[in-house]
Amino acid sequence: MRKPEPVQVIKTRRDAALHGLVQSVPYIQFLGVEFDRRGDELTAVLPYREELIGNPMLPALHGGATAAFLEITSIIGLTWSTMWSDMEDGKLQDGALPVIPKTIDFTVDYLRSGLPRDAYARARVNRSGRRYASVHVEAWQDNRDRLFAQATGHFLMPTPDGS
Amino acid sequence: MRALALVRKAATNVHMSTKTDRMTFARQFLDAIPHSRALGMCLDEIGEGYAVLSMPYDERFIGNPSTGVIHGGAVSALMDTCGGTAVMSHPQAHGGTATIDLRIDYMRAATPGQRIRARAECYHVTRSVAFVRATALDDDTENPVASATGAFTFQRAKGA
Repeated sequence: MRKPEPVQVIKTRRDAALHGLVQSVPYIQFLGVEFDRRGDELTAVLPYREELIGNPMLPALHGGATAAFLEITSIIGLTWSTMWSDMEDGKLQDGALPVIPKTIDFTVDYLRSGLPRDAYARARVNRSGRRYASVHVEAWQDNRDRLFAQATGHFLMPTPDGS
Repeated sequence: MRALALVRKAATNVHMSTKTDRMTFARQFLDAIPHSRALGMCLDEIGEGYAVLSMPYDERFIGNPSTGVIHGGAVSALMDTCGGTAVMSHPQAHGGTATIDLRIDYMRAATPGQRIRARAECYHVTRSVAFVRATALDDDTENPVASATGAFTFQRAKGA
């Protein structure tokens, strides 16, 4: 029987794959979105910055920043779930750009105004087929049960030839 | 506090006065929104219940590193801001607005290097809700990049 891999080897491999994916997308860096990983579960974090404000009177986060945060969380969540088995089998190529699904449509439901503080989001892949995927994402701030926004998106999965 | 005062002033005045005034107020309003500034948004046109906003191509906004195509989130931000501006430009509007929901359909990838221009129209208002549709275009104006429909909160001016 094969000896199980040391935990640190597994963690390093997963963190490197996630880091490579997240770092490859300039807009994720522009918004400052970070990902927290526990096993295969990802939590996206949007650290508060003044540039995210859309209503300086309240103040409140910009609906566009919220939408972008949710879309980033969905795309990374979907890409992460599709690359998981290749990653675990050690089949990911070093330095190769991840193939990212294309958004078909994205619907954001704004439940309450985003406060000027950090926001968190988690995506759930409800269906991931060969060609299409459907993803739901929820975002909250202080309280996990008080969502400030949620969204559903449909995505076109990349084909092996990259089209 | 200057930005705040400007927003207040612009928010209450965006719908009234002459065409040039409306444009000036709306531009000041847009400039006072930190996130719109961060994305380099610019007001190109505004009328009664419609607005045209554009955003430059910027490598920091790329969503797909292998193609250089702008991230959908940046297009969402432009559509959302444009929708909100259209609502505030409605003749019966008073004060600010907030997005209730926004759906975006991505018809094709925006061509890297080209400016993206969104046009939003507030096609119906009730006492408390404004309904908006919007289209995003790049240089190929025959084939839209994305289209959106949204509902926004609406505050009616007194007597309107």
